[in-house]
Amino acid sequence: MDLMPAIGREDVARLADLARIQLSDDEIARYAGEFDAIMDAVASVSEVATEDVPATSHPIPMTNVFRTDVVTATLTQEEALSGAPEAEDGRFEVPQILGEE
Amino acid sequence: MTTIETDLVDYEDATDRYDPVLGIEVHVELGTATKMFDGAPNIFAADPNTAITPVSLGLPGTLPVVNEKAVEYAIRIGLALNCEIAESCRFARKQYFYPDLTKNFQTSQYDEPIAHDGWVDVELEDGEIVRVEIERAHMEEDAGKSTHVGGSGRIQGATHSLVDYNRAGVPLVEIVTRPIPGVGKRAPEVAAAYVRTLRDIFRSLDVSEARMERGNVRADVNVSLRESAEAPLGTRTETKNVNSFRSIDRTVRYEISRQAGILDAGQHVVQETRHFHEEDGHTSAGRVKSDAEDYRYFPEPDLVPVAPSREWVEQLRATLPELPAARRRRLREEWGFSDLEMRDVVNAGALDVIEATVESGTSAQSARKWWMGELARTASEQGVELDELAATPAQIAELQGLIDEKKINDKIARQVLGKVLEGSGDPSAIVESEGLAVVSDDSVLTGAVDQAIADNPDVVAKIQGGKVQAIGALIGPIMKATRGQADAGRVREIIMEKLGVQG
Repeated sequence: MDLMPAIGREDVARLADLARIQLSDDEIARYAGEFDAIMDAVASVSEVATEDVPATSHPIPMTNVFRTDVVTATLTQEEALSGAPEAEDGRFEVPQILGEE
Repeated sequence: MTTIETDLVDYEDATDRYDPVLGIEVHVELGTATKMFDGAPNIFAADPNTAITPVSLGLPGTLPVVNEKAVEYAIRIGLALNCEIAESCRFARKQYFYPDLTKNFQTSQYDEPIAHDGWVDVELEDGEIVRVEIERAHMEEDAGKSTHVGGSGRIQGATHSLVDYNRAGVPLVEIVTRPIPGVGKRAPEVAAAYVRTLRDIFRSLDVSEARMERGNVRADVNVSLRESAEAPLGTRTETKNVNSFRSIDRTVRYEISRQAGILDAGQHVVQETRHFHEEDGHTSAGRVKSDAEDYRYFPEPDLVPVAPSREWVEQLRATLPELPAARRRRLREEWGFSDLEMRDVVNAGALDVIEATVESGTSAQSARKWWMGELARTASEQGVELDELAATPAQIAELQGLIDEKKINDKIARQVLGKVLEGSGDPSAIVESEGLAVVSDDSVLTGAVDQAIADNPDVVAKIQGGKVQAIGALIGPIMKATRGQADAGRVREIIMEKLGVQG
């Protein structure tokens, strides 16, 4: 059984970046250690999951949960924007997405 | 961001020396009544942020539920593209941060598309067929629409952006080709014809209005060049959201010229997304997405797998409509058109209007004559499609009916058509109200004939002397006197009777 690779500081920094979470150096060091513990725990599952056990994404064996194509109640514009920090012209206002070219 | 300017290589030269390979991703918005995962209406134009539910907004605690109709449409598209339909497939979260996604992920499919491994035959204008292999077709949701404020209205330089989520969650099917090799100089034409072929299929399946100008169908165009057909594939660029057939053609043409310039200079093509600029047909590098390739897909835990039963799939297969290529073949045979006539009709976008005109009782050749002649000219003058003209197929059938019944002649018919195109109503009503019906009333015609005979003694003498063809010189003034409405055949008969000659 291969051991899962350890999660290093660089991995944590990259994950934080992808998740848009700002971490201090201390936090990066702490999470790297905690991730290792999590990875170890997951590795113990891998020990019993032999190749004939299919990967499970959904614990309940259920398929084809559909709804019919019928329009339901909608929000009003006012309701939709009620939680928006800023709104303009009936739209959600968001900060600048890209800087100057 | 700096742009490296390269010399464009002349298209002919570039395609003499390099072998282009295409890859095309087409997104089609499905024409369901509601969105992919919630019951918000799937509509094009509404006030911003009104066609939404808490699910469309991705509010905390909401749960998506799959629209069965959207799955059905996706399967129908897969079947029409000769794909295998998955026995079971899952949705996946594709994660990236962008304000047009409220959830910070797009619900899509990753390693288990609903349809895979198909093909479609694409017919070029000269009749050549190119088979395009389909890698996959998967289900996903559309994103909201952002408007950038400040600067030039583009995302670069904007002070802030405004987002409308009416489109968020609209069902999409994304169709991905395998690399399309061996098309050489015809690459731009193949790319455009492929997307047109898909557009026509979506319409005949009735799964989407498939209007390019509304963004119902959007293409991402991948182009790469290699030294020869035997060489490994070159580095590709992907030009995003190219939204008309002409723009697709121009995008491929430009990328071939641009990439040839880079390769000629001994440099490497950068794998990147690019944007097409309608105003002058160039493409420019898009934003650099450093983490673009790291979407961290994982199975969507809020949606159980979709496992279409084989019975359902076979039932959908059995009810597929006649697809455009088969329909063209059938109509060509029914109408007795030559290959060339049919190709012109298809290229002019006249198939539907001719079919409708024939269904209203006109012969195929007469219908073709109108739509490919007078009406095609008018449409081109007005810069509109044939089906956007004020004249409908039913009106054209009525007009031809008036000619066939000899109520009007060709010349008057063109006059009537002019009025129909101005929106003056149906041909019969116009003929009636304008008094344009052919005059075949002998009492009226006889008077005109008598006058013409009296006015032209020389011509009469010639006719009586045996030169029957001189009769035209008498008919001319009569047509003029009756404003072109005289029944020329009847006029001829009356003249012959009066002058006592045999035809």
